Amino acid sequence: MNSEWSPDEERLLDAPTIRPYVIARGRTEAQDRFDLISLAVTIRPTTGTEIGLDPEHQAIVRLCRRPMSVAEIAAHLDLPAGIVRVLLGDLFDRGFVAVQQPQPEMDVLDERMYKAVLDGLRAL
Amino acid sequence: MASGRSDAPKMPKAIKLLIAGGFGVGKTTMVGAVSEIRPLRTEETLTNLSVGVDDLSGVEAKSTTTVAMDFGRISIGDEFVLYLFGTPGQERFWFVWDELARGALGAVVLADTRRLADCFPSVDYFERRGTPFVVAVNCFEGAPVFDLAEVKLALNLSQDVPIMLCDARKRESGKEVLIELVKHAYGKRPAATH
Repeated sequence: MNSEWSPDEERLLDAPTIRPYVIARGRTEAQDRFDLISLAVTIRPTTGTEIGLDPEHQAIVRLCRRPMSVAEIAAHLDLPAGIVRVLLGDLFDRGFVAVQQPQPEMDVLDERMYKAVLDGLRAL
Repeated sequence: MASGRSDAPKMPKAIKLLIAGGFGVGKTTMVGAVSEIRPLRTEETLTNLSVGVDDLSGVEAKSTTTVAMDFGRISIGDEFVLYLFGTPGQERFWFVWDELARGALGAVVLADTRRLADCFPSVDYFERRGTPFVVAVNCFEGAPVFDLAEVKLALNLSQDVPIMLCDARKRESGKEVLIELVKHAYGKRPAATH
């Protein structure tokens, strides 16, 4: 009996024994596809029986019921951001999540945004 | 490459702010003080760029470097969400800032008057990159109290860079620093300078 056993699915992965690149099946091509603050939200739940979806994919789909950034997903699942990008790319391609990229630098000039952010900060 | 799906729920727009400064200056403390969530940590793997920075002799197989960053979040209604990233403290990781600074609205450079030189690389970097920034002097107990004008002189800051005292542990104080930063960034945006 291991008293430290927890049925928490998101912890099923024994991080020290499974290297991150194994989870991503050695793929790194999605590294540049999503920013750390790209937001993902689930638009189609998984049934848990889909072929090719690993527990980590399922965990992301559950986590992103509310919009969640790549950085947050990585922190919550204790995976490197690069691996999360690869997994998120799979889910995006298969239509499980929608991804919103951050505002490009040019669009950060939007005057209304500055006002909204200032008002929001003052109201904190 | 936005989703463009009509069935996608309305998503907030993400905005990035950076909290920079030397090691142990209180970056994560400030992130935690203003964040609506407990600060989280994410690991970013960087490739190639570390060559020539890290000494890789004898470990040629290692072509990636992993850096840890603490970050927090502030939701602005349901339309915007601010992410505050504490930049990695070690100077040799300056290159990660390029990835971090891309698209950032602005940066707070935290300074400690006992080790003012620690924030030089950050000031230098944001000046060169043209990222709007403010300098916040974290008031550590027992630290010598300097006139802000003196600190500004010591940092060789240009006149328009705001500088203020702060207490990184206090939410109200962190909030004021962020407001100052957003106001400054607003004034610095290219559209405003004609």
